[in-house]
Amino acid sequence: MEANNQQIRERKKDVKKEKITYHAMLIPGMIFLLIFNFTPMFGIIMAFQDFVPARGFFGSEFVGLDHFKYMFSLPDIGKVFRNTIVIALGKIIFGSLLAIVFAILLNEIRLKFLKKSVQTIVYLPHFLSWVVLATVVVNLFNLDGTVNQIMSSIGLDKINFLGSNTWFQPLLIGSDVWKEFGFNSVIYLAAIASVDPGLHEAASMDGANWWKRVWHITLPGMLPIILLLAILSLPSVLDGGFDQVYNLYSPVVYETGDTIDTYVYRVGLIGRDYSFGAAVGLFKSVIGLILILSANNIAKKYTDRKLF
Amino acid sequence: MVEGNTLSGKLGKFIIYFIVISLGLVCLLPLWNIVAISFSSGEAVAANLVGLKPINFSTRAYEMIMEDAQFWRSFAISVQRVVLALALNLILIVLMAYPLSKTKQKFKSRNVYMNIIIFAMLFNGGLIPTFIVIRSLNLLDTIWVLVLPGAVPIFSVILIMNFFVGVPKSLEEAAIIDGASPLQILIRVYIPVSLPALATVALFSIVGGWNDFMTGLIYMTQVSNYPIMTYIQSLTIDIAELVRSGANSDALQNIAEVSNRNLNAAKIVVSTIPLLVIYPFLQKYFVTGIVVGSVKE
Repeated sequence: MEANNQQIRERKKDVKKEKITYHAMLIPGMIFLLIFNFTPMFGIIMAFQDFVPARGFFGSEFVGLDHFKYMFSLPDIGKVFRNTIVIALGKIIFGSLLAIVFAILLNEIRLKFLKKSVQTIVYLPHFLSWVVLATVVVNLFNLDGTVNQIMSSIGLDKINFLGSNTWFQPLLIGSDVWKEFGFNSVIYLAAIASVDPGLHEAASMDGANWWKRVWHITLPGMLPIILLLAILSLPSVLDGGFDQVYNLYSPVVYETGDTIDTYVYRVGLIGRDYSFGAAVGLFKSVIGLILILSANNIAKKYTDRKLF
Repeated sequence: MVEGNTLSGKLGKFIIYFIVISLGLVCLLPLWNIVAISFSSGEAVAANLVGLKPINFSTRAYEMIMEDAQFWRSFAISVQRVVLALALNLILIVLMAYPLSKTKQKFKSRNVYMNIIIFAMLFNGGLIPTFIVIRSLNLLDTIWVLVLPGAVPIFSVILIMNFFVGVPKSLEEAAIIDGASPLQILIRVYIPVSLPALATVALFSIVGGWNDFMTGLIYMTQVSNYPIMTYIQSLTIDIAELVRSGANSDALQNIAEVSNRNLNAAKIVVSTIPLLVIYPFLQKYFVTGIVVGSVKE
């Protein structure tokens, strides 16, 4: 009896020690989050101030919603949000479509060596920086670039893709689809692999051709993952992709190429209009938060999966 | 699978192979073009003659890089940031993922921490407030600004946490009976069985750090402190100039500018070599990482 109590007491002491260790393990990370994630969140109050760096967050004058009123009075803002959404949606839609088609086609390749080689090549652009890939895009699409050389050799007029408000958005969307379709196909390939091969065999025996089997077996099998990824991509409609746009745009195409992130960088940081930049950034963050929570709820409701 | 024994089946098979191989070439050729440019003479590049084969093969651009002190300074800064960030990230990831992988019954405060972390992942102060905070910490123009703000990669913490949840409890219980402390259990039981998952998050950290140019752009005021991608970004073709001179494209034929294209191509190739070296690992572990980590049951 005595020994038993002793044991229980020791076990309790162990549990307590264990808990203290758990807290201690989390504290270093929490300190980093406090400094670099939560302090800037507190810094958002500058969006409601006329922030002067020398006076700091506590000494600057409060101006209420002035920056937000000013923001909505600017014709630029509507344009910047519209550009961002058009570019982001284009990337999501065409990027997913090509990745799905590519995964279905790649799955048909029986030559192992060829399949592996193609995969090795198409995944590569995903791992390269936009700094590098912008040079590739410029080489191809500038006025003397490869694409214009080909076009003029078959008698078409040259197009200034990088300086045209008609072509700049398709260029951004197209080059992003090019960079990411290969890697995005990874998850769709996994989905295809999980489709029961027995279904294909049975359908073949009933005389269904390849198209019919893709349409009635492969695609329905992929549908849950396609839907899930579509829902989860909802929050990224506000991301035009700073790295890509910054490396490819110029004042001539601000009309169609300027996105929220590049606008905040240029006006807020380079133009030193700190409070206004923070206000635009906050507006984006709040809408982004609403979108991500909605996406998570929709995913939970309809697919039994969630993001967090 | 497309049947190859009928005429339409053969045609279908041919079309599929054709499309897949074409897509592969569409990815490869533009990248190869940069390599060809880097090995061509400045004049050939200026005349836009270089396609897939170097014209007037020359290694002069690479010889010039060898003597470019700023290029190697930036290269060294990037190596340094990747090493520091990798060490810090991995330590913080395992330290945070382990307690978070415990059930609420075992560790009561677990959900409180989890909510804090998820909130930090979903919401942020935005570019400008973050800049003001980091500047007031006097981190501008230091190597630490490239390392500390991203010290806790939350997505990776959650990925490893999910992996730890799946580690068989019997392993841990055996260690407890041997009298191991939580830290010893983490180091001797959890880390050894999680090496593939840890390789995945390690590679996230390496690729992200190496490719990041925005942090350098925002927080470095001196070119001498630029990491490699920010340095290359500051050199490469001035798009605004290119678009403006597009009206009379002869302006572009300026030799000084175009021989730069040749040199920049070589810089891009050299700065990409580290990624190519680890590419086999990237292919292996990123693929598992994205399939396992992107969605949660």
